[in-house]
Amino acid sequence: MTAERLVTPPQRSGALAPLSIRLQNPVHLLLLAVAVLAAAGLPLLTFAPNRLLSGHGISLYELFGHASSYWLLAIPALPLLTAPWLRPSRVSRLLLIVAAALLSCGLLALAGQEAAVRSGAEGSLARVSFGGAFWLLALVAWLQLAEALRGLQLSVPIQVAVVALASLPALGLLLSGQPDSLSLLKEYHNHLDSFDQALLRHLQLVLFSVLPAVVIGTSCGALAFRGQRLRKLLFPLLNVIQTIPSIALFGLLIGPLTLLGLLLPRSGISGIGMAPALLALILYSLLPMTRSAVAGLEQVPAAVREAARGIGMSASQIFFQVELPLALPVFLNGVRVTTVQAVGLVEVAALIGAGGFGTLMFQGMASSALDLVLLGVIPVVLLAICVDAAFKVAIALLTRKIQENQ
Amino acid sequence: MKRPGSFVHRYRGLVISSLLLAGLIFGMPLAGPLFNTVFPELERPIYLQDSFLTLVLAHLRIVAISGGIAVLGGVGAGLLVTRPAGKAFRSLLETVLAISQSFPPVAVLAVAVPLVGFGETPALIALVMYGILPVAQGALTGLSSVPQPVLEVARGIGMSRRQILWRVELPLAAPVILAGVRTSIVINIGTAAVASTVGAKTLGLPIIVGLSGFNTAYVIQGALLVGLLAIVADQLFELLARRWTPRSGAALQEQAQA
Amino acid sequence: MIEIENISKSFDDRPALSDVSLSIKAGELAVLIGSSGSGKSTLLKLFNRLLEPDSGNIRLLGNDIAGYSPEQLRRRIGYAIQSVGLFPHWTVEQNIGAVPTLLNWPKARIRQRVDELLTLLHLAPDTFRGRYPHQLSGGQQQRVGVARALAADPEVLLMDEPFGALDPVTRSSLQQELASIHASSGKTIVLVTHDIDEALALGERIILLDHGRIVQQGQPRDFLLAPASELVRDFVGQSDVGVRLLGLDKIATRVRAEAPIPGEPLRSDDTLREALSAFITRKVYSLPVVDQHGQPAGVLHFADLLAERT
Repeated sequence: MTAERLVTPPQRSGALAPLSIRLQNPVHLLLLAVAVLAAAGLPLLTFAPNRLLSGHGISLYELFGHASSYWLLAIPALPLLTAPWLRPSRVSRLLLIVAAALLSCGLLALAGQEAAVRSGAEGSLARVSFGGAFWLLALVAWLQLAEALRGLQLSVPIQVAVVALASLPALGLLLSGQPDSLSLLKEYHNHLDSFDQALLRHLQLVLFSVLPAVVIGTSCGALAFRGQRLRKLLFPLLNVIQTIPSIALFGLLIGPLTLLGLLLPRSGISGIGMAPALLALILYSLLPMTRSAVAGLEQVPAAVREAARGIGMSASQIFFQVELPLALPVFLNGVRVTTVQAVGLVEVAALIGAGGFGTLMFQGMASSALDLVLLGVIPVVLLAICVDAAFKVAIALLTRKIQENQ
Repeated sequence: MKRPGSFVHRYRGLVISSLLLAGLIFGMPLAGPLFNTVFPELERPIYLQDSFLTLVLAHLRIVAISGGIAVLGGVGAGLLVTRPAGKAFRSLLETVLAISQSFPPVAVLAVAVPLVGFGETPALIALVMYGILPVAQGALTGLSSVPQPVLEVARGIGMSRRQILWRVELPLAAPVILAGVRTSIVINIGTAAVASTVGAKTLGLPIIVGLSGFNTAYVIQGALLVGLLAIVADQLFELLARRWTPRSGAALQEQAQA
Repeated sequence: MIEIENISKSFDDRPALSDVSLSIKAGELAVLIGSSGSGKSTLLKLFNRLLEPDSGNIRLLGNDIAGYSPEQLRRRIGYAIQSVGLFPHWTVEQNIGAVPTLLNWPKARIRQRVDELLTLLHLAPDTFRGRYPHQLSGGQQQRVGVARALAADPEVLLMDEPFGALDPVTRSSLQQELASIHASSGKTIVLVTHDIDEALALGERIILLDHGRIVQQGQPRDFLLAPASELVRDFVGQSDVGVRLLGLDKIATRVRAEAPIPGEPLRSDDTLREALSAFITRKVYSLPVVDQHGQPAGVLHFADLLAERT
């Protein structure tokens, strides 16, 4: 039996019922199966009397007794449970999106309430953290949202807006403080200063490495575009740099930079810390930047360039008024890739003392504290996703504007 | 340099980097005096807890095991979603792959530790999980780029589904799948080095020990070896890629790399 | 040879073929013609079971094709399509040898067959055997495609708009080659096309489909002289009927055995349509004719174009 024969096309003559006996969407069925297995087999939360003892699991079933938050979970779950058999339509898909958004909020609320009950007392040492089922259920909800969203076939900016709206309930709950008794958030409040410092440093490292890389990369790209010999020299070199693992590059730069720091004592350059991290990040960003600059310039039609020359524009006028605007979408895509790459690379930079969220992550790794690790990982993942989405929206809007003008 | 066209010339990157790597593995202790002059303050400028050969072999072992599983898993996933039975799941795989791009490789390692403990196990789990993704992406892209007319004719002249897969689809998708495997393995080598922070024995050990003990010489030794190992691996894949790419594809690949 | 009985096929509630019945004789060159969406490609794909009918059955040499496994059936039928679909990673030799390899022919026999076919399609074996598809022109690729379809010496050859993507010069030369292959091998060929001139030039029997039904079938002459409906008339083209009729007959059928006259001769195996064109451009009423060996064959007069068929 293949999935093709299991799926029936939607009926034309006004569907009598939105639900059908036959399977409408095997993806939703798979996700549902994963969710059910997770809820049954893995704990939703873990409870430990204190930090030193390992916790025991609390399954979803055990939480049935707590009425109020339980409904927050059960009601959004209903549409998601029936998703595999819902006839695909705009309404059903929107319903699934709303349900998924409310479910992730409901999961958080349920966890928050339970944590408040078990460890919310002032000075309580007990720890309530997310269990495997929590993460899987949240993941499944968002994947179901993604599947429903895909079916709606909306433009990129609107898709991003929908996802942003869908995260508002959970975000609002987080800001309201209800889940604050959860171990992860307790950890956050304990490390507030380090967190803010890490955030600032992380953003600094990304910004101060991507911006120079954009400038250098674009210039190199423009030069490489015109000169084949430079291209043959430059790209193999950049490829080698890209191949070297980040930890190795950070390590290799320590030596020369220490030396430089000794020669220029007042510059503040030292072998460890921000200097080698920034230098390495700039080097890593050069390849994607240069490559996208070249690719962007390459896809400007030769006819356009010739016409510009023909009407008497100078070389720099052609570059800034003709080539750059047309190359912009490809180029911006390169900046997007570079920035997202940088956000991830900064995690490792903490090893050489550069700061950023990596410090929290490695600290958590060393003390086997999952919550601390998550505190160092989740913000980076969210940051990467947001940066990626922001760029994609900008590129989509820009491309539309260019197409309208053509 | 030898005549252009000879093996040594065409693959000079591979030859040079392999020679350097071998030289450093076996000859690093000989560089003791050099490190002494650069870092006079260090008592023991050469990492001696394990021989570099042991570290390289241990590193390669981890990469080979996790890489092997990742390749099988990734190609399998790509295969499944390009079959008629699995077509519905393709967008799901693409969404998962897109989300995973936002995860730095070390994050998977970091999350595995509190769950599984220290040592080699979390490293292997993390490396497999992160390694599957580029391979799956490559398999997905490669298999879906086989031209429709070719598939139609293959069916039309009477090839069975299995024959089409092995004689037509996989050979045509091979270059792209190989590119995915290449990315996966090179990243794997780097992440395995970071795995030393959780007690796995790899080339990252001198680096980590050096960083915590302020021994820059150790760091440089470890970094040189890891870097060279990654370059050698990348060059080996380059050799494979050139061999496997059909003549028509070679011209296109040259353009892509330029 | 091929019997089609009451075949119907729909895609997503849209009928592509409705109750079609047809009979194709052994050794015939049948042309399925129609505009896009008429169902002609669908019908062709039913013959080698790339598609399955919703109802009805198809018999090959008396046996229901549903009784064979699809792969077994397809290895006995040659298949060539418009976009050719040569395997890019195989040489010309490997491409042509695809079906013989599936049938486990000995290597020597495959090699011999490949050389045979390359020669038949006017591609020098030593030059082309080791080439890759991307090194061939469009016309050469399609020749290899035809060779591949013929490789295992199938009883039936299916062709889906094989010459549609080629320039007019290559197209007409390949059409002629196909006609001569058909004449010498006597294979049953089913060809799909939307080009009425191709159908008239090649077809012994033409079957016109529209919206999944057969509108008319018969000899090319009948389509021109006795169209069954307005639709057929429009499809064949109102203004060119006369000229197309001339295209159906060869000069050899009207030539008079007279002493040759001065002037650039016509060839006896060209069509009367080409003769008309020559008369008009050269502003003469008669021209000498030679046969395919260049020997004088007589004289053709302008008035003979209007004569009754002998």
